[in-house]
Amino acid sequence: MNEEIKTFTISVYTENNIGLLNRISAIFQRRHINIESLTTSQSEIEGVNRFVIVVNITETQARKVVKQIEKQVEAIRAYYHTDDQTIYTESCMFKIKSALLFEEPQIQNIIKDSNSQIVTVNKEFFVLEKSGRRHEIESLRRDLNVFGIMQFVRSGRIAVTKDEMKITEMLLAFNNQ
Amino acid sequence: MNTETQNKTKEVTQKTMRITGCEAIIRCLIEEGVDILYGYPGGAIMPVYDELYKFRDQIHHVLTRHEQGATHAAQGYARISGRVGVAMATSGPGATNLITGIADAQIDSTPLVCITGQVSSHLLGSDAFQETDIVGISTPVTKWNHQVTTASEIPEVIAKAFYIAKSGRPGPVLIDITKDAQFEEFDFSYKKCTGIRSYNPVPKTSKESIEAAAVLINQAKKPMVVWGQGIILGKAEAELKAVIEKAGIPSAWTILGASALPTSHPLNIGMVGMHGNYAPNRLTNECDVLIAIGMRFDDRVTGNLATYAKQAKIIHFEIDPAEVDKNVKTDVAVLGDAKSSLAAILPLLNAKTHPEWLKEFKDLYDIEFEKVIKNDLHPTKEGLTMGEVLNEINTQTKGNAAIVSDVGQHQMIACRYADFNVTKSNITSGGLGTMGFALPAAIGAKMAAPDREVVAIIGDGGYQMTIQELGTIFQQKIPVKIVVLNNEFLGMVRQWQQLFFDKRYASTEMTNPDFVTIAKGYYIEAKRVKKREDLAEAVKEMIASKEAYFLEVCVEKEDNVFPMIPSGASVSDIRLS
Repeated sequence: MNEEIKTFTISVYTENNIGLLNRISAIFQRRHINIESLTTSQSEIEGVNRFVIVVNITETQARKVVKQIEKQVEAIRAYYHTDDQTIYTESCMFKIKSALLFEEPQIQNIIKDSNSQIVTVNKEFFVLEKSGRRHEIESLRRDLNVFGIMQFVRSGRIAVTKDEMKITEMLLAFNNQ
Repeated sequence: MNTETQNKTKEVTQKTMRITGCEAIIRCLIEEGVDILYGYPGGAIMPVYDELYKFRDQIHHVLTRHEQGATHAAQGYARISGRVGVAMATSGPGATNLITGIADAQIDSTPLVCITGQVSSHLLGSDAFQETDIVGISTPVTKWNHQVTTASEIPEVIAKAFYIAKSGRPGPVLIDITKDAQFEEFDFSYKKCTGIRSYNPVPKTSKESIEAAAVLINQAKKPMVVWGQGIILGKAEAELKAVIEKAGIPSAWTILGASALPTSHPLNIGMVGMHGNYAPNRLTNECDVLIAIGMRFDDRVTGNLATYAKQAKIIHFEIDPAEVDKNVKTDVAVLGDAKSSLAAILPLLNAKTHPEWLKEFKDLYDIEFEKVIKNDLHPTKEGLTMGEVLNEINTQTKGNAAIVSDVGQHQMIACRYADFNVTKSNITSGGLGTMGFALPAAIGAKMAAPDREVVAIIGDGGYQMTIQELGTIFQQKIPVKIVVLNNEFLGMVRQWQQLFFDKRYASTEMTNPDFVTIAKGYYIEAKRVKKREDLAEAVKEMIASKEAYFLEVCVEKEDNVFPMIPSGASVSDIRLS
């Protein structure tokens, strides 16, 4: 009965209403499921929000949680996907002392090799931004940590799915009822 | 809230008029057909109460003695009538006192609309007097909730609230309205809500699932139905009866499914679950097809899931997709409304009887009768039993009463032994197990169905949790019959202490007040019975009374409720002693 724990990306299309974040996160809290990351934004449909929630759970749990989310009045649809069913990325920012750019020439190579971008530079610090998979960001962080990082921040995962989710069709069907 | 494009609405009142938010609230309630609501006034809801005063000839507000009583009364109203119960309270403590009733309604799928006052919007988040985040607090125990901060939102939000509360799998909704929104004037018109794009209350029933279920039922040698409250909520009593009669299926009920089929029906094999009947529990693990209808495989029903009906094919008729495969893996899930699904499957079923299989239930019933029921209903020992009180109530009411029970031993006895001829007659707190439920719920039930006999059966523990509602009964002159089965213990906890904690009776013995004097203090006719020879006459007098009546029956202190499936055991390991 020991089902494998995997990383699932849960995608939720919802109305844009106050309190829904609370309602959805409570579903995880009640089942003692730790949310690895949660991102919410406008979706491809005007007025419809999209949550991207990453959790490490069993598929049985994922299936049940998705049904509990869909049960919420203002949730339009919810889906769960494994990593190979989605295209996903995270982004991060580093704030680093500008002096290091000149003192440690190696940093310039690290920036080039990691495909990261310098967002801004001033006398005191520069800011580096990178999008990618978690392991790429982690590796960059380790490389830069040697020289000292003033600030580091990483976003939650955002993901699109390989298969269709047909939300527009669903909403059209409702309007035509 | 931007719901303009999201809701399908139907014009009911087209003309607009300029009124205040609080008047709009009352007009919305009247539009929704609300005749009675239960509540308690206070600072943040006072403007609405002022309007209630003006509309008092159209809508009857019942002042309960505690906000918890208001929600339970609204639940009793909803459970007996199938309509939406309405409760109202002020902000802060008024609102938080509603929570137990709301949680109870959520887990028992009872349609409620609760309206709370809130501090003015400019004070939100400032820790103002009687400010509490009731939307945040009620989120996990409501089907939907919403805070209104401008008057113009009121009609649309209340229309949505009623639609959500009663559609699909019903549940409680809370609407929190700031005081400034109550005072604000706006152009009022009312449209009933008929649909919300993100909400699909009744999933489509697939033809394939109906056909697959019919094949399994037609092939079954030992089919068994377990129905739940879904039959009552879905008004599917006639369809259930037709299906089980045609296919000859022995049928058991969960605690909230009780009364959907008359007790006397030959295919009614009793209650499943922890203190249910011996036969349906034992034979759950022997049937070949288990047909669950409008029930959710609660742990009190299934016992240990690892040994629950493993030999059987499982068919689950269910309106809430989240319940399918939640606890028990199904072979065929029939999503949709029980009434239409059962009507659809009926013509596909072969007419059959299963006399030998039915006899297995009868044989096990005989064992249960000999070892348990006989001693409960017709005791020969000196002390009175709870069962014989129920037996007497059955006799006097001819099984036509609505029984409102609280939580504990007396509840199990009431649900096991009450005779039910009519549906919606068993009103009890099932999922949450809320002590204190029965007295206020009986108020709501009697007010919603004044022509029915409503008998509240309560233990001495639960009675004292909401005993103040005697004041409501007295003030409103509600002719409910109140029976307290007094064993001077928190009986169910004591039973567990006896069986599983070596009789260490920690904080379960109760030193009780004189309940008869208390009832009389509220000018309610009252009597106490201590001897068997006085019981029949006292029950007769109570039932004959045209007014509220309180009857205390002093029962044996340390009786236990059997059968019993010990916590974590299999349904087939049900104990008779």
